[in-house]
Amino acid sequence: MENFFSRYRNASLLVLLLVAQVVGLGVQVRRRTEAGGTRLVRFWVVSAITPLERALVGANQGVRSVWRNYLYLRGVRQENRDLKAQIERLRIEQVRLSEDAAQARRLQALLGFKEQYIAQTVAAQVIGSSGSDQSHVIYIDKGANDGIKPDMAVITPNGIVGKVLRVFHGSSQVLLINDPSSGVGAILQSSRLQGILQGTAAGEVMLRYVMSDEKVAAGEPVLTSGGDRIFPKGLPVGAVQQTNPGSDLFLNIRVKPAADLSRLEEVLVVTKIEENIPAEPAGPVRAADILAERLPSVPPKPPALAAKGTTASAATVAKPAATNPSNSATAASTSGAQPSTSPAIQSRTNGAAATAKPAVGGPEPAARSSGEATPDTVAKKPAAKPAETAPAVGTVGGTAGTATKPAVVQPAANKPVGNGEAGRTKAIDSAGQPVKPAAPPQPPSGEEVPR
Amino acid sequence: MTDMPLVRTSREEIEVYRFGPVISVMIPLLALVIQAFVPVKFRSFAIFDLPLLVTIFFAVARRSQVAGMLTGAVIGLVQDALTHQAIGLYGIAKTVVGYGASSLGVKIDVENPGTRLLVTSGFYLVHQAVYFLVARNVLGVAMEWLWARTLLAALLNGIVAIVLFGVLDRFKHST
Repeated sequence: MENFFSRYRNASLLVLLLVAQVVGLGVQVRRRTEAGGTRLVRFWVVSAITPLERALVGANQGVRSVWRNYLYLRGVRQENRDLKAQIERLRIEQVRLSEDAAQARRLQALLGFKEQYIAQTVAAQVIGSSGSDQSHVIYIDKGANDGIKPDMAVITPNGIVGKVLRVFHGSSQVLLINDPSSGVGAILQSSRLQGILQGTAAGEVMLRYVMSDEKVAAGEPVLTSGGDRIFPKGLPVGAVQQTNPGSDLFLNIRVKPAADLSRLEEVLVVTKIEENIPAEPAGPVRAADILAERLPSVPPKPPALAAKGTTASAATVAKPAATNPSNSATAASTSGAQPSTSPAIQSRTNGAAATAKPAVGGPEPAARSSGEATPDTVAKKPAAKPAETAPAVGTVGGTAGTATKPAVVQPAANKPVGNGEAGRTKAIDSAGQPVKPAAPPQPPSGEEVPR
Repeated sequence: MTDMPLVRTSREEIEVYRFGPVISVMIPLLALVIQAFVPVKFRSFAIFDLPLLVTIFFAVARRSQVAGMLTGAVIGLVQDALTHQAIGLYGIAKTVVGYGASSLGVKIDVENPGTRLLVTSGFYLVHQAVYFLVARNVLGVAMEWLWARTLLAALLNGIVAIVLFGVLDRFKHST
């Protein structure tokens, strides 16, 4: 026996090493099914490697920062112009979407629908990877010290990336969605078909378990379904790239991830998800209300002055816009209600004011002169929930005797108005309560409209 | 380019090289860091296996089977620790490669670039085959053997090995 080992010493050592590692594999497989945990050797290796990777990332960023911020500035002005134009477009879109969102919240509240919100995220930088085609994982520079825990979702603004697999003190291991061992609940946006998103050995992302008799169009967006309890519902995953009939009952749907998994630099770790029923808004909110919210507000009117206004035929009292001297000058030459720069709101005013023609695109309205009624009066968000048919923009003033409750209109004061935004005014009665929108009275025929 | 024969004819021709402790630690560590860092920027870089090339280089230069398999085992286990899979897959594969490369280094000339290309490409295939077999049969990992991709990777690793080994030759000292 001694001769055998001395003769085949190296081969015996090889066998011994291999057997030891195979036994180690077996132990890990058994323990993995019982409980998780991180092997000590993994902890040591990651602790040794990640500081070096962090230094490399830091050096790389420093060089790029100097290059991009100080040297390579070609096309920056054009880009700046484009971005400004984009901001303007998005502002307009935001108004529309806010209304849709408010409507969705109302409906969700009515249905008792529980919604998941991403309440808190931690930004992290990608500092490394496994370096292997067989293991699609990345390392980020945030760990247990930053509140990261296993099974937290990792996303980018473009789409989901993966989930936190292992957490170390100052770094974490993230399993990407294109790894074969990954699984994400997903849903097709328009057809609402649900499936499970899995990776392949080649690093592709496939949507599994969609029945082969379903029709799935290429390019259809894929979202998270929330079924995995890791990713909140509705996050973008990607788009259907190719659909083939599978060998079994299911389709082979290849998905192109929305996030570029091969070039990740910064990611967000979702550290807190809240699930609650959205609160119902106080009253119906329309686009005009949202627009009005964006307008400058006014300070409350003293009650004494408000009471004075009740005697006025127009039932409105307006204060001059103190910050706009040109308005006062214009107001001196006017006697009636003056137009607003907000035609959308103005078109809803009634009575004498309603007939005033707006000076579209003009500056601060001259109607904000003392003693003059302003047409852009908004009964914004009344305390009591108005009827569904009630106009969003209230009716204030009107011709003499038409308003049973005289209102006081307080124009915007001390706030400069620019960019076509008109001052917001509130219609309140003498008691300081918002005026309920009334039916629009017909202006007397032949009434002269002051300009 | 030397005119040395590819196959050794006597034991006297074998030249055994040694490396300082710093080099022995730093080069594998550097290979592991580069292997982990570069794919973050260039995902396709993962087709290369720098730790494997370093394993082969040390094994054929030292021409010691024990040293070769131990080097392979350590580098492989460290590489395993960076993945999310069980520790030991790369360890087993690189242990086999380390043993085989050092055994081959005793018998053939590995200074020749052509030999280096063939040896490295061949051991890359061995490495992938061992990894595939262990992962599939011991761990039950669903894996596909992609011939085209594996052969291409073997060739690319062989080409990189010619350059890399030329650089690493500067650090070895003959005994």
